[in-house]
Formats: sequence, C-alpha cells, structure tokens
Amino acid sequence: MTGLEVAGLGYSYGARQALSEVSFRVRPGEFCALLGPNGAGKSTLFNLLTRLFVSPTGRITIAGHDLAKTPRRALARLGIVFQQSTLDLDLTVRQNLAYFAALHGMSGREARTRIDAALDRLDMRVRAHETCRALNGGHRRRTEIARALIHNPDVLLLDEPTVGLDAAARAAITDHVHALADDGVTVLWATHLTDEVRPDDRLVILHQSRILADGTARHIAGDTTLRKRFLHLTGAPA
Amino acid sequence: MTPFLTSLRAIVAREALRFLHQRERFVAALVRPLVWLLVFAAGFRAALGLSIIPPYQTYITYETYILPGLCGMIVLFNGMQSSLSLVYDREMGSMKLLLTSPLPRWWLLFAKLAGSTAISVLQVYAFLAIAAAFGITLPPLGYVTVLPALVMAGLMLGALGLVLSSFIRQLENFAGVMNFVIFPMFFLSSALYPLWKMAESSKLLHDICAVNPFTHAVELIRFALYAQFNGWALLWVLLATAGFTALALRGYDPARTRIARRG
Repeated sequence: MTGLEVAGLGYSYGARQALSEVSFRVRPGEFCALLGPNGAGKSTLFNLLTRLFVSPTGRITIAGHDLAKTPRRALARLGIVFQQSTLDLDLTVRQNLAYFAALHGMSGREARTRIDAALDRLDMRVRAHETCRALNGGHRRRTEIARALIHNPDVLLLDEPTVGLDAAARAAITDHVHALADDGVTVLWATHLTDEVRPDDRLVILHQSRILADGTARHIAGDTTLRKRFLHLTGAPA
Repeated sequence: MTPFLTSLRAIVAREALRFLHQRERFVAALVRPLVWLLVFAAGFRAALGLSIIPPYQTYITYETYILPGLCGMIVLFNGMQSSLSLVYDREMGSMKLLLTSPLPRWWLLFAKLAGSTAISVLQVYAFLAIAAAFGITLPPLGYVTVLPALVMAGLMLGALGLVLSSFIRQLENFAGVMNFVIFPMFFLSSALYPLWKMAESSKLLHDICAVNPFTHAVELIRFALYAQFNGWALLWVLLATAGFTALALRGYDPARTRIARRG
C-alpha cells in the first residue's frame, strides 16, 4: 500500500488526550478531506504526520516508508502546506522556493527546472520575481503549494490552507489541489469548512480526538447536506 | 554538490541575507562594543592598574585589555540574537519548514549554528577594523590567528543560543532570559577585568568567573589575538560547546514536543 496510512495513532498533552486510536488510509491519487471542528485534533495529527511530534503509539506510513523507522525517506516523499504561512516575506517567490529546494538537497539547474514546473502548475510563474510581501493572500497560498510540490512528493498535506482567503481564492485553491489529486498526488486536506468537500471526495471526520466517520462525502452525508450531517455528528446546533 | 552542502550553503546565505536586511542590527552590534572601548575604557584607564600577565609582554592600556572581551561580547550578543531569531522563526512558523526537511536534524541545527558564527566573525572583524582606526592595534599575525578562536567562540555561544531557543516558549519571555544569561556571563568573566583582580575582591566571584565558559572563550580570543595558543581555554570551550550542543539536540528532539507545540 502506498499513499498515506495511519494506524492506531494516539497522542496526549499530559492528561489531555488529543488523539485516540486514529486509523485511516488514503489511496494514491485520492483527495481526502479531514473534517473536524476547531480543537478536534487536526493540528496534532498534522504535527505527527510531519514528525514535528513523535507519537509513542501507532504507525504512520508515507508512500510506503515508515515515518518512525525511516523518517528521512518518508519526509522526502511528503509535501506540506502549513496552516500558518511559512514564507519569508522579504524574499521573492523564486528565492523562497529555491531555499526550500536547497533544504531538499536540490540546487542549480535541477532546482530551477523543478521550481519553474511547480510555479507553472499553480499559474504563479509570472509572479516569480515579486517579493512575497507584495502578494495577496491567495497568491501566497499558491506559492506555498507550489513550494510543497518542488520535490514531486507522493503525498501532499494541507492544514486548513484556505484560512483567511476570500471565496474566489478559496475556490481557486480547492480546484488546484483537486487537480493535483487527479494527476496522481495523494492529498490530505484538513478543514473545518464543509463547502470545501466535494461529494466524491474521500472524507474522514475527526471529533474530540477520535474518528467519527470515514467514507465518501456523498455516503457520509446520506440524504441530507454534508453540513447538516457534520453538525449532527459533532453535536453542534444546526 | 551533496544535499548536505547544498542545505548548509542555503541556510548560511539566508542568515547572512537576513542580517543584511537588518542594518540597525549591524550598527547596534558595532556601537555597543565601541561605546565600551572608547568611552568606558577611557574613563577607567586611570582607575585600573594592570600588571603584566600573559599573553601581554609589556604594560598595556585598559583599552588593549578589554579589546578581546569586547570581541567576545559581540559573539555573545550575536549568539543570543540568533537565538531570538530562532524563537521568532518558531512563532512565525518558518521553523517548521526547516525541521520537516528530509535532512538530519543535527545537520540542520549545525547549519544554523554555522550561519550565526559566520555573522559573528564578520562583525568582530568590522569592530577590530574600527578599533585599529582609533589606534588600538594588534600584531598583524593576530588578525589571522584569531579567526579559529572566533569560530570556536561563535560555535559555543551559538550552541548556547540554540539551547535557549529550544526552551524559551514565547518571544515575550526572551528579554528576561537574556538578562539572566548575557549580563551574568559577561560581567562574571575576564572580559572587563583579569581574574586575579576579581580574586582580590571576592574568592567566590573569582571561582564563578573561572568556571564561566565565556571567560575561556575570551581568553582563547585574547591569546589568539597575540598569535598565542591557550590550550586550557580551548579545552573549556570545546567541553562547553559539546555540552550545549547535546542540550540543544535534546531540546529539538521531536520526541519532546516543545518545538512543535508553538511552531
């Protein structure tokens, strides 16, 4: 099994359980939305998936590489877009991408070719020489997604990537990332917004540290809207 | 170029670029020791009598005595400044980018350390150039032999900065911690007064100064500025660097969650 596999994952901050027995699989080329209200444990899960935290229980496999046993190989196959912007605003788009490429050991012609390809994929090539401070929120996000693609990752993680964006930018980013999944990239998209999930998307609902539902969004929604179903499952007033 | 060298070059270049973008930091880094050298030392010249102690061959002015200590001060402040920028990186999230790179974490931290040290060395040479312009000069060979001593001091104090950055949770806490690190380290050292002078005042303070790693970094620099080698000081600096590095690696260990929680 390639793609992303999470088995029996748990994590706690002292006495407070943040994740408990979390298991799911995302197949290669699948777009999987990880839906959960604030505080559900999404950020903790992302910190574990990116090895910023290490869990004493459970197993994470990225593109066939066990994150605990072969972390460098697993991280090399992983693209990450963090919720909080990680761009250096004083550098240009290209400089930001070149820095990231170097952190993955790429330089020279190879780095340039890959940076151009990633920028083209997100329609950001024309802005390559602008400083990130001059970009709007949507373009900054696209820069971060392009950056996460430079090393051709098998698995792409995005932690609430549309936070703070207007409706048009949100729709554009969602479309771009769905297109990436169509091209074969395994995508895990964390969000608390049901309108970012399409009926045919794979959906995992996380609530109070546990998985509440796992299936296609259409199947989980059943005969009601996904929003109503989500609010019902998480016990929030509709 | 190997992935290791590629990443090292990029991290050092980014540190240098960030430093160049902060011109006021460069100016502050030079003004601080120059005020000590040209104002404080001039005032104290008459009050403090210094005997001939190694590496000096003759009586020296107080300005000459504190010059190595002020070089150490630059390296100390820069190490703490790097630590501050690491805490800032963590608050801003950019630390995550570094820590999720597929290179070993110890290498990434070493690259950060190398970047910080390179900037320290540049600052010290700029300071020595200005000091020379004011007539406080050294043997020509000393300007060359001091380089490895500055690198060693930079690595030691940069590693201390890494330790602090791994344990300081928020930027707001930084000023307090700095006051508890920079000032005791600087004043309880041989930077401003020789240890035998301190012993005349207090045996306890002398003993504290004698175990302060910063004292040994300053002495390493002092001897190197006169093209002499102080093996005891080097040993202390090496031991302190190893200790601080071990603590930093522990602080940045993903199995311990301090880093990830904030950033």
